[in-house]
Amino acid sequence: MNKNFFRLLTLSCITFLSLALYSCKGVSDSDIQKNVSEKLAGMPGVMVDVKNGVVTLSGVCSDEASKANCETQAKSVKGVKSVINNCTVTPPPTATAPVTISPDDALTTNVKDAIKDFTGVNATVADGVVTLTGTLKRDRLKNLMQSLNTLKPKKINNQLTLQ
Amino acid sequence: MSLQDKYKELLDTAKTSEVNNLQVREQDNVLYVDGDAPSGQVKDNLWNIYNKIDPDYRAGDLVMNVNVSAAAGQKAKVTTDQSNLNIRKGPGTDQPVVGKAAHNEIVTLISKTNDQWFLIKTDAGEEGYAYAQYLTPQ
Repeated sequence: MNKNFFRLLTLSCITFLSLALYSCKGVSDSDIQKNVSEKLAGMPGVMVDVKNGVVTLSGVCSDEASKANCETQAKSVKGVKSVINNCTVTPPPTATAPVTISPDDALTTNVKDAIKDFTGVNATVADGVVTLTGTLKRDRLKNLMQSLNTLKPKKINNQLTLQ
Repeated sequence: MSLQDKYKELLDTAKTSEVNNLQVREQDNVLYVDGDAPSGQVKDNLWNIYNKIDPDYRAGDLVMNVNVSAAAGQKAKVTTDQSNLNIRKGPGTDQPVVGKAAHNEIVTLISKTNDQWFLIKTDAGEEGYAYAQYLTPQ
C-alpha cells in the first residue's frame, strides 16, 4: 500500500515536472517572434529576432519612452526569457535653432562693411535693429538688403528714400 | 494675419526649390528665415518674391538669411556692379587690400570664413578675403 502510494507520487511528480518542462520549452522561437511582432505592430521601425527565448530588438524608436515600451511589451510575451534592447532613438527632426541676433558691436562693424559701397546710405544700430536712412537707387536696394540680412540683425528698418 | 501666412508664397517656394536646412521662426513680430540655397538663381527668386509681398522691403518684419552654399574648391563669379572686387589680407574692410578680382572674373573659393567673407584665390594666384555678397558660387 505504502509502496504503491510512493510509486504513484513519484509518477505524478515526474508527469508534473515533464509537463512543466514541456510548457516551458513549448513556446517555440518562431511563436515568440510572431507574438512579439504582433505586440509591436504599432512600431514599424522595430525589428524582432528570437533565439532560444531571448528576444533581441533592433531598429529605430521615435523616443526613449517608446524604446522602453517596446521592451516591456516584448517581456510580457509568454516564453520570453529575456530581452536585449538594441533599439536606437532618432533625434527629434532638426530641432529649430533659436534665432541668433548679433551683438551690437559686431553688427555695427559688419553693417559698416556692408554699406561701404552704397554711397548715400547711412545706418545706425541699436539693440540689434538696423535703421537705414539716406538715399539709394531702387535697383541697388535688393543687393544692400541681401547683404544686411546675412548679418543676423533683429530687424531692419528701411527708411531709405529710393530714387 | 500671421507672418507665416503673409510670406506663405516665399516659404512654399523655399521648400519646393530645395533650400537646405530651412529654418522658419517667428519672434517679436519678425519672421526669421534661414537656409542654404542650391543656387544663386533660387536665392534671387526668393528675394523677388519677398519684394513682391513687401515692396521695397519696408515692413521690417522679415530677416531672410538664405545664402548659396559654397564648398571649398568651388568656382565663383565676381558679381560686383561694375567695379573690381577688393581682395583683402583679412576678413574686414579695415584690412589692407592685397589684390583685386575683375568684374565677372571667375575665382576659386578656398573657404568660407562666415556669411560675409570668403577666402578666395584668383587664377593669377592672388589669395585673400573678399566680400561674399559680390561672389556668386557657380
